[in-house]
Formats: sequence, structure tokens, C-alpha cells
Amino acid sequence: MSLLDLSIAEMARGLRDREFSSVELVEAAYQQIDRLDGELGAFLRTTRDQALAQASVCDRELAVSPDGRGELYGIPVAYKDVLCTQGVETTAASRILSGFIPPYSATVVERMESQGAIALGKLNCDEFAMGSSNENSAFQQTRNPWATDRVPGGSSGGSAVAVSARMAAATLGSDTGGSIRLPASFCGVVGVKPSYGRVSRYGLIAFASSLDQVGPLTKTVADSALVLGAIAGEDPHDATSSQAPVASYQDAIGQGVSGLRVGIPKEYLAMGIEPGVRRVFDQAAQWLEAEGARLVEVSLPSTEYALAAYYVIAPAEVSSNLARMDGVRFGPGFGGATNLGDAYEHARHQGFGGEVRRRITLGTYVLSSGYYDAYYLRAQKVRTLVAQDFERVFSEVDCVISPTAPTAAFRLGERLADPLAMYATDLLTLPANLAGISGISVPAGFSDALPVGLQVLGPYLGEATCFRVAAQVEAAADIWRVGPETAGAAEEGV
Amino acid sequence: MSRQWEAVIGLEVHAQLLTESKMFCGCRAQYLGLPPNSNTCPVCLGLPGTLPVMNRAAVEMTIRTALALNCEIPEFTKFDRKNYFYPDLPKGYQISQYDLPLSLNGCLEFEVGGRVVRAGITRVHLEEDAGTLHHAGEIHTSSFSLVDLNRAGVPLMEIVGEPDLRHPEEAPAYLAALRQTLMYLGVNDGNMEEGSLRCDANISLREKGSSVLGAKVEVKNMNSFRSIQRALEFEFQRQADLLEQGRKVAQETRGWSDLEQVTVSQRSKEEAQEYRYFPEPDLPPLRVARDYVERIREALPELPRAKRVRLRESYSLAEDQARVIAESPEDAAYFEAVVEAGADPRSAANWQVQNLQALCNASKIRVADCRIPPVALARLVQLVDQDQVSGVVAKDVLAECFVSGDAPAELIASRGLAQVSDQRQLRELVEQAVTANSKAALDYQAGNDKALNALVGFVMAASRGKANSKMVSQLLRERLPRS
Amino acid sequence: MFEPAQVAHLSRLARLGLTDEELERLRAQLGDIVRAVGKLAEAPTGQVDPTAQVGGLYNVMREDRVVDGLTQDEALANASSHEAGLIRVPAIQ
Repeated sequence: MSLLDLSIAEMARGLRDREFSSVELVEAAYQQIDRLDGELGAFLRTTRDQALAQASVCDRELAVSPDGRGELYGIPVAYKDVLCTQGVETTAASRILSGFIPPYSATVVERMESQGAIALGKLNCDEFAMGSSNENSAFQQTRNPWATDRVPGGSSGGSAVAVSARMAAATLGSDTGGSIRLPASFCGVVGVKPSYGRVSRYGLIAFASSLDQVGPLTKTVADSALVLGAIAGEDPHDATSSQAPVASYQDAIGQGVSGLRVGIPKEYLAMGIEPGVRRVFDQAAQWLEAEGARLVEVSLPSTEYALAAYYVIAPAEVSSNLARMDGVRFGPGFGGATNLGDAYEHARHQGFGGEVRRRITLGTYVLSSGYYDAYYLRAQKVRTLVAQDFERVFSEVDCVISPTAPTAAFRLGERLADPLAMYATDLLTLPANLAGISGISVPAGFSDALPVGLQVLGPYLGEATCFRVAAQVEAAADIWRVGPETAGAAEEGV
Repeated sequence: MSRQWEAVIGLEVHAQLLTESKMFCGCRAQYLGLPPNSNTCPVCLGLPGTLPVMNRAAVEMTIRTALALNCEIPEFTKFDRKNYFYPDLPKGYQISQYDLPLSLNGCLEFEVGGRVVRAGITRVHLEEDAGTLHHAGEIHTSSFSLVDLNRAGVPLMEIVGEPDLRHPEEAPAYLAALRQTLMYLGVNDGNMEEGSLRCDANISLREKGSSVLGAKVEVKNMNSFRSIQRALEFEFQRQADLLEQGRKVAQETRGWSDLEQVTVSQRSKEEAQEYRYFPEPDLPPLRVARDYVERIREALPELPRAKRVRLRESYSLAEDQARVIAESPEDAAYFEAVVEAGADPRSAANWQVQNLQALCNASKIRVADCRIPPVALARLVQLVDQDQVSGVVAKDVLAECFVSGDAPAELIASRGLAQVSDQRQLRELVEQAVTANSKAALDYQAGNDKALNALVGFVMAASRGKANSKMVSQLLRERLPRS
Repeated sequence: MFEPAQVAHLSRLARLGLTDEELERLRAQLGDIVRAVGKLAEAPTGQVDPTAQVGGLYNVMREDRVVDGLTQDEALANASSHEAGLIRVPAIQ
């Protein structure tokens, strides 16, 4: 087996007890990458020399004083390419950022670094995080390690695949409408969407600023709790970051679910859930009930409008957020255009893929005078309704559970021709972004040998509850050590 | 012919705030003289992933200004994005305020041609400045432009005036009063040449007595008081001519050309209006606490008009003197310090306005910054008022000390320049004068009053200006009695 | 539901430089999407306030202090063209 099969806690113990070194961990990660990533396509670029140099520094430090280190010390991780990394090209999987080398790092990257985590490289995603299948990357196709003819889910596909295929111990992704939880579900890993403002967005290349959150993807719930604890908390560079103290997420794990009231939103189960997914969901609900949770049917009546509100608000913000991609201060240039109008159009036409163009145009439209009230303003009001739904429900229950997605991973190309079908992939995840609440996807079982995630939604800043419930499901399902066959194939090769 | 038309003018003034740092990042707000693109950071460069964080001082300065302009400060305000592409606008949008600005409904009183005019202030809001563009040659013929982002993100206050001005000459008067207020508040340096204070105007015409307005034309690129008046006069005439010919005035933006003294069409308004404003998601809104507003209001300095009135009334100054002295709060403070040090207020005003101000103007410095401390000027004024030094000598001494920084009273003492009022000394000089100018003495005695001047002049020259001229006249009259 | 000219106008506003063929494809897709989000009209939003941000934060501000930024070289490092410390762009017309 690979060292990367271990949980982070196990890796940290091994490092402390000198069973293996950080260099060995990092090398094991790159072995997996070398073996698998040619086909899986999770990494856009790796930073091998830097990573190994850092790992040997960690090893020297550990030799001097092995105790008192955080659990991320010397652990190989990787970042979605929407997170700026100082001195390392950051493209958001878009041509328009080809060659962009940020002079600064995202706050989350700095926090991971300050804990001693070692960055292996940058991970593929949908262009500017817009997509549900990772098919919108300008550079490469990322494949699901459980079935390489299927999508890994998006937009943080590379982040989910890297963890699932044991190429990194943990990764960071970003979630605007489900972009962490969905690929986590499709790839059989844990993914957390923190409450809006719980994690700094500084250095996260913005998709939709009022919805975006950075979060971890890991093999285990405890690993996610560890990583979220490292990156969460107020950041003076992000005025929207929450000033509330960060809860002790790891303490929540193992508390069990006895006495918890767990809501099951009837509207979510009416969303055309695939039978195999439904079976996994029902099983998970039974496990929770068996452990002493009380299942309560709840209603989130505004759910039917949430998708429409999301596909107005997010594109509106996109149209503005991506205006800075004009080729002037960064980007591949103007291709010899002789006047500014042509220059902008050249840079942006060459630079943006189809989905990005579609959303920019849509966003430009809904913000135009004459349409603002009918679309943008109304979507903001629906956003209020969605948030009020959750507020009311969380006065009745401690958390809400649902499948993360109506289906397991679908086939590559299956939904590409139909944007609306693609958008519907996020039906169960995006309401949490509109409301700004906490959520997690935890592997709960399989449907036709494909992983299926359970989504746990908690109140605003209720991450601890999500971890508590997810940990119970993880314990009952007992599948986190089961990697995809591709990972197993690598194992045989070792 | 154009007499039947009346102008309806409103000004939009942009004022850079005198904060230390930029609006949303820690780069310097004072960017002049720095090498290009050396005053930037990832935030004001608009690099992907960066976020704005509001400068507290900029908000406070805007509220201070709004209160000085008699505005209401709503309890809730937020920021919005104004979307447009331009190379000096790094993010592709400007963070500004759209429907819920920091302040509303104020007014500014100013004087023009002896009248007091009261103009409404629609709103004062806060936004960020753009960078600067340089063109090789003329903007329309150059093949490329060069971008400097040192200025990008400097806090900028927009002061929107109601269309309450009716004559082009009211515009510079309004702007001067506004500029002075901003400088009194310490929120802006008033430098129009360097662009830290900028002014655009909206002008439309209507038939006198009618309330039906013509199309509104926005005029830009006016960077002096003079060009504002000229541009509006030109625009008034241009629109009046069009209307006289029965033609329509196009709603558009026009730029003032100082070189050719004309306005030139820049772009149609239609295109410009697609700014797609929406709430800035990266900045939480502001709740402006009432006690915070009251604290700022209480700390407001005395404003120019109030100061002029008070100077006039408390010190019995002439209107013009009060205006000159109150030009800046520092100059007014200088004056009050001179009075405080014991000088007679009207004498002090005369000396400051006529003599010291002239010296300062010639050296292009402010009175408050000159090398004569208020106490020293007070002493000099007292010496003159007490006849201990002649006005002529005092003026020369002031000019010399203005350069050297010496104390005038000490210079007078050390050089023996004090006025001679000693009767015995003066009588000797009078005797010499009568002897040397016997004809003038006789003429005076014969009834020619003017002849006395020649005799006084002789004594003054002989004493090198130090003789007490009043006493000299008196002694001469005693010496030359008329029968 | 979108006129060709309308989609072309949006493309121009957003500086997307789309070709006629791309505009035509986008026109159909935008129509579908806008029809779908038309669902918003059915929502009971009568007396509801809009939500622009979640988290309930107010008055988050920084102190007015100067902090070191980038050098000129760092600021220009990613620009495709620059001269004499200035970023070069094609002429504005």
C-alpha cells in the first residue's frame, strides 16, 4: 500500500515516530502522480523540486524537535488552480491567465504553509470554477478515478481526484454552488463547504464573490476538520471574513449523533434522485437513526426557485469579476491588435471558453437597465427566501441531510451539449451557497460501483455539527480506506 | 438674441482625500512624483483574487465634508460596482456608490458679484480614483497609450451639485467656495492643476420663465476656474445658437479644449449609461451610528463664511480684509495670534493684508508659513502704533526680516532705527531745515501750507526716516508762527 | 427570445469579440437559460428585502496606514508589454 492511503493523523504520527520521513511521503505522492495522473489529469502543474526541498527541511526540523508540531507539518497537499500561489503560475484553468505568476499567495495557502504543509502543485478545475463536471478546463480533461470514462464532478475536479487517487493527503477547492461537495461525492472523498466568511477568500480568484468559499477535500472527516481548522478564521485582507472565533472541529468528531434532530427536506428528495443514490441516502439516514438521531421531515419551499436565483446572481457577479481579465496587467497579450477595442476583444475572445462566455453574457444581460429588476433584484429577493427557509428549519432541527447530487458521476460529454441539464447537477448543493450556511459531503456508499456522497447541511457557522454527523456516517459506512481501482493498480505496481 | 435663454448648470466635483493610504489598500494616497507603477500592490493592480478593505479615514473625511455641506447622513450606506472597461481601471469596474450614498441633500452658500447664492448639494459619496494614461502625442492619433496605476485606488469624494446655477460666472464662484471649504476641513489640497480637485459641469438651456429644460450636456476637462467659466460661456452660446436656429441640442459629453477655447463632442450619453451598477459583494455595508456622526459634527472646524463674519464683527475689519485673512484657516489663525499677542486688530489686519501678504504672494508662500512669527509681527505693529518706529522704516524692516528670519523689534533696536521723538534732537533738525530752506519757511509763514511739506521732508531725510513726522510738523509750526 | 442584435450588443458590452456563428449559438442557449430563470417571476417576493450578502457583517474597515506594496518590476512582471515603467496598450479610439 501507499503511504498516501493513510489519514493525515496517521501520517503525522508516522512522521513523529520516524516510521517514515516527509521526503518519503512527498515522493510517494509524486509516485502516484507519475503513475496515474497521465490518465486522470488532476494536476495542471507540479512543483516537485520545491516540495522535496521543503520536505527535507521538515525532516531536519522533526529530527531536532519531533513534538509540538501541528498535524499538517510535512504533509503533502495541493491547491485548486483558482488559489493564487506566489511565484507559481496560477491560471484558474483559463487561457486568459496563461503565464500569470502571482506576486502573492492566497491567505489559505499562507496558512497551510505556516502549518508546514507541503504543496505538490496546482489542480485542474473548470475554467474559473464554472462547471459541474470539470469538462470546462481550457487545458486538460480530468477523469474520475473510479471510472475513467466518467467525470470527476466539478468544478474542483482535480482536487477531488488528487485525494481519491491518493496523489495528495489533502487538497483545497472552492465551492460556489457545489464545486467542492459535488466532486467529493463523485470521487468518494470528503468535501467541506464552510459557511460564507468562515474562510478567507483573499487570493481565491473570484467566480461569484457573494457565494464563493474555500474548503478542504480529504479522505476522512477528521482530516477535513483538521484542514478547515488550519485555514478558517478572520482575515484582515477579506472584509467579508467572519470575526467569530473558530470552533474546535476535531472535538466534534466522535461525539456521536445521539439526541440530534436531523432534518430531511422533502423538496430535495423530490428532485429526481436516482434509485441507487436514494438507496445510499436511505441507508445513511437509518444509520443515523440507529445511533440515536431523530429524523424529522422538513420543508424548504423556496428550493424550486433557488436554481434560477443562482443562475442570475452568480453570472451577474461573474460578468463583473472577470472584467479585470483584459490582457493589460497580465495575460497572454493582444495578438497584434492596433486599437484598444480590438485588443480587449482579442484577449477575451481567445482567453475565455464557452461556458465562461455564456455566463458573462448572461450576467451582463441580467444587470442591464431594464432587466435588473426582473432578474437580478428578484433573484436577490429569492435569495432572502432561501435563507429564511434554512433559518426556520434550523430552529427545528440541528442539521439537514440529503444526497449531495441526484446522481452518481455521469459520463464524460453526457451533459456538455445541454447547459441546463449541467446546471441541474447543482440543484441540491447551491441553496447552501445562497444562504451562506455550512455543508459537507461524506462518502456514504456506492451505486453501481460509483461513490455516492451524503450531504449534511448545518446552520451558519455550524460546521462542527456537520463534522459530527458526517463522522457518524463515515464510521457506519466504513469505506474510506477503499480507494478506486486505479489507485489499487498503482499499489500492485509498487 | 440669446438673452431669452437661461442656463441651468450643476457641477460635479471630484476631490481626492488627504488620507495616508489608498481607499482599499495600504499603498500611498500621495502618489505625485513617484516613478510610474511604483505605488501599487496586488489589490490596486486588480490582480485576480484580491479584495478591497475600506479605509476608515476616507469614510470619516467624507462624512465630515458632507456635514460641512449641510447634508443628511443616512444610517445605512453601501458600495456598488460601476462596470466599464478602460485601461486605467484595473478591475474593469470602479467601486463607487449608487443608490445609497454616504450623504444626501446638502447646500453650499457662496458669493458672486456681491450676491449670496445658495446652491443645493445632491449628494457627497465616496469612490476610488483610476490610474493615469499617457499618450504619445494626441489621444486620437497616437498608436498606443501608457498606463500608470500609481493613482489607482486613491480615495475620491464625488460632490454632486444640484442644477441651481444660472450663470456661467456662478460656476467658478461655487467651486472656489467649495474648494475653500474642503481645504478648511483638511480633506483636500485644492490643487486643480495636478488634478487632486476636478470639476465637470452639466449645462442645459431653457427659455426664461419656462420650466422645460433642454438636453443636458456634460462638459469635462476643465482644470482651472478660468476654463470652467470660459467653457460654460462657450457652451451657453453654442446651445443658444442651436436653439435660435430651431435645431436640437444633443445630449452628450463634450470636452473643453483650453488650446482652442471650444468644447468638442466626446461620446454619446447612450453608450455611457450602461454601467450595470450592482452592490459590491466584497465590502460589507456601513451602518453609520448617530453618535459617531455627532462626534464628527462637533469636531468640525469653523467654516470660511462663519470665520469671515466673525473676523469682521469681532475685530471691526473691513469685508475685504476679512476675506483675505480668512482665505485659509492657517492665515486666519495667524491673524488671531497677532491680535492675541497684543496688536490692535485693525492695525494687525492692515499689516497682514497689505504688507505681509504682498511679501508672501511674491514668494508664493502662505502667510502662516512665513518666517515672521505672529508675536514678532504684533511687536512691530505695536511699535508703529506707539510711534516708536516710523511706518516707512517698519515696512523695510519687515521685508528684510521676511527674508532673514530675524525679529523686527531686535533689528530696530540694534540698528538704532527707533523713531526720534526727542524734542531737543528734533528742534536741532528743525533749525537746520529752516536755515537751509529759508524760502520755504517764508512761503509757509506767508500762508502757503504746502511749503511745510518740504521742510518736513528735509527733516525726515536728515534723520534717515527715523524722525517722528507728526512731532516735526508740530515743532515746525511752533518755530514758524504766522502773524 | 433574444434578437441577434441584442446578443451582439451584450457581447460588445462585455468585450467578448464573439463571431457571428458563436453569437448565433449563444443566442439559442441564452434564450433557454433566460426562459428557465424566468421561474423567478413565480416566487412570492412581494414584501421581501433583497439579499446582496450573507453573514450579516457591517462596518468592516481598516486603519489608514501605509503598507509596502510591489516594486515597479514586480508590478510589471505579468504585463505583456511595458516601457519606461509604464504598461503599454494599443491606442484608445
